Amino acid sequence: MNAVRKVKMSLQSYDGQKVLWGLLFVSPWLFGFIFFFFVPLLTSLQYSFSTIEASSEGLNVTFTGLSNYIEALAVNPNFNRQLVESLFEIVIDVPLILIFSLFIAVLLNQEFFGRSVARSIFFLPVILASGVILGLEAESLVQEINQQNANAGGLANALGAFELERIMLRAGVNDYVVNYLTGAVSRIYDIVSQSGVQILIFLAGIQTISPQIYEASKMEGATGYEAFWKITLPMVSPLILVNLIYTIIDSFSRSPVTELIMSTGFDNLNFGLSSAMAWVYFISIMLILAISTYLISKKVFYQE
Amino acid sequence: MLTRRFSFDKLKRWVWSFVRFVLIAGLSFVILYPILQKISTAIKHKSDLYSPIVVWIPENFTFDNIRDAMSIMNYWETLFNTFMLSGMTTILTAASCALAGYAFARLRFKGSNILFFGVILTILVPPTTILIPVYMNLREFSLGGLIPLLTGNTVNLLDSYWPFILTSITANSLKAGLYIFIFTQFFRGVPKAIEEAAYIDGAGVGSTFFRIMLPNAFPAIVTVVLFSFVWQWNDSFYTTTYLTSSHVMSTQLSSLPYNLEMFLDGGDAASSDPFYLSMVQDTGILLAILPLIILYLFVQRYFVQSIERTGVVG
Repeated sequence: MNAVRKVKMSLQSYDGQKVLWGLLFVSPWLFGFIFFFFVPLLTSLQYSFSTIEASSEGLNVTFTGLSNYIEALAVNPNFNRQLVESLFEIVIDVPLILIFSLFIAVLLNQEFFGRSVARSIFFLPVILASGVILGLEAESLVQEINQQNANAGGLANALGAFELERIMLRAGVNDYVVNYLTGAVSRIYDIVSQSGVQILIFLAGIQTISPQIYEASKMEGATGYEAFWKITLPMVSPLILVNLIYTIIDSFSRSPVTELIMSTGFDNLNFGLSSAMAWVYFISIMLILAISTYLISKKVFYQE
Repeated sequence: MLTRRFSFDKLKRWVWSFVRFVLIAGLSFVILYPILQKISTAIKHKSDLYSPIVVWIPENFTFDNIRDAMSIMNYWETLFNTFMLSGMTTILTAASCALAGYAFARLRFKGSNILFFGVILTILVPPTTILIPVYMNLREFSLGGLIPLLTGNTVNLLDSYWPFILTSITANSLKAGLYIFIFTQFFRGVPKAIEEAAYIDGAGVGSTFFRIMLPNAFPAIVTVVLFSFVWQWNDSFYTTTYLTSSHVMSTQLSSLPYNLEMFLDGGDAASSDPFYLSMVQDTGILLAILPLIILYLFVQRYFVQSIERTGVVG
């Protein structure tokens, strides 16, 4: 009796009210989390260990152990190749995207004529480069014709990256680095189109750095270059972490592995194999995220 | 001596602004190139495609491509449907995520940390992993066995807007975890003194939230609404799975190549030339993103401003 009254009292207090309202506010999300996320997640884990047959009464789920995983990794001709390819692509692209977007954010933060126009152009990829548009664009023939026309017209276009490569090789830069850089130049559209959100986050971060810090450093004789390395970079370093995570998740969602998983599930109706693939995929994302977060978070500077 | 130093600085600044101009102009061109290309393709006549003298500006100006693409995509109806779908999910998602975000930031209770970990988990797990069970669940929707008790049968929710409504009302739609995170970060940054002042003036928790916190959360709401609308508009992952026959922009776009071939073969077999197909397809893409671009022109200035004030960045 006493305990009940105690609970009643505590619910009438302000803190008790807060807890009640908190539960109320969280409940829609919690409901959805259980029904549309947590239960499906467990079901998918169960599917990945079983064979599923559709019959008139519904689904027959039989436990078969690791056979789906073995099939995904060792038997299926496409899965492991595509997985490794997209993992490599991420490892290559993520640093490029991060450096590029930080650089552009610094540029867009400076005062110059036409800045607002430039900003709105650079955020355009946030809108354009997502989902179905990107997929269709890749197979556009008109684009190809035009590109060929352009190449025939101006030789400089094709020669650009090639010349650069030769100059750098002559200068004695490492082969591997040269290939990385020229690869980046020729994939510039991919990189630009994937860094819209990152530029946005970096730019917003740079704008929260108080101008007094820059003023003080200027009084002490720091150049703009030094100010970047000593002030801007440490101040935005927490955002590098945020952007790193965002970029990795984002680039996984556009990889061809997703498509393979979907087609295995919905076209071939092999739900077990598809779930196993999805779990392998999820675990590899987690591994990459964990490793890179661990490496970066040691360097991150927090003000507190 | 002083004057020379001064002019050297001036030169340096001048060179830098020139380099910056070249960089920004060049990259802007890279970004705009596909759009410009599509505009130029959309108003080109078929014969201009092979003409070596036509690169950007067509010789024979025509609206045929646009007309064809519009009729194949059933454009106006599709546009309306897409607007309805995106608008609806956006409003519902923003509302439910704001509630959850506020609760996670301020109305903490035992176990809310664990639940917040769940939010992070929804961001990290790729939607592909859970898509098949969710799909099965929606095809035989039973609400945990409740609906079969009442009507005796499960309900098939696929090919309707219900999956979108249900997931967005419960803050589990496309990238909703991210929106909850944004709201939580924002509400954490609001000074506690505001709430305490409201409490002293006699406001309960509910009215504090609705009358004080929510109006103050304008930047966060703008950010979430913008992103949610755009991503829902472009999303092909959920729409192509949940909606099979309804006409929304992204399903229309992904079935455009097929519909186009049917359309052209039905009319004139000789004209079904792959380059022309691709031409109309480009026009279709342009038509699909055009409303977004027009909207973007009006709201783009909120983009940076609001992200800056949401507190995601610090």
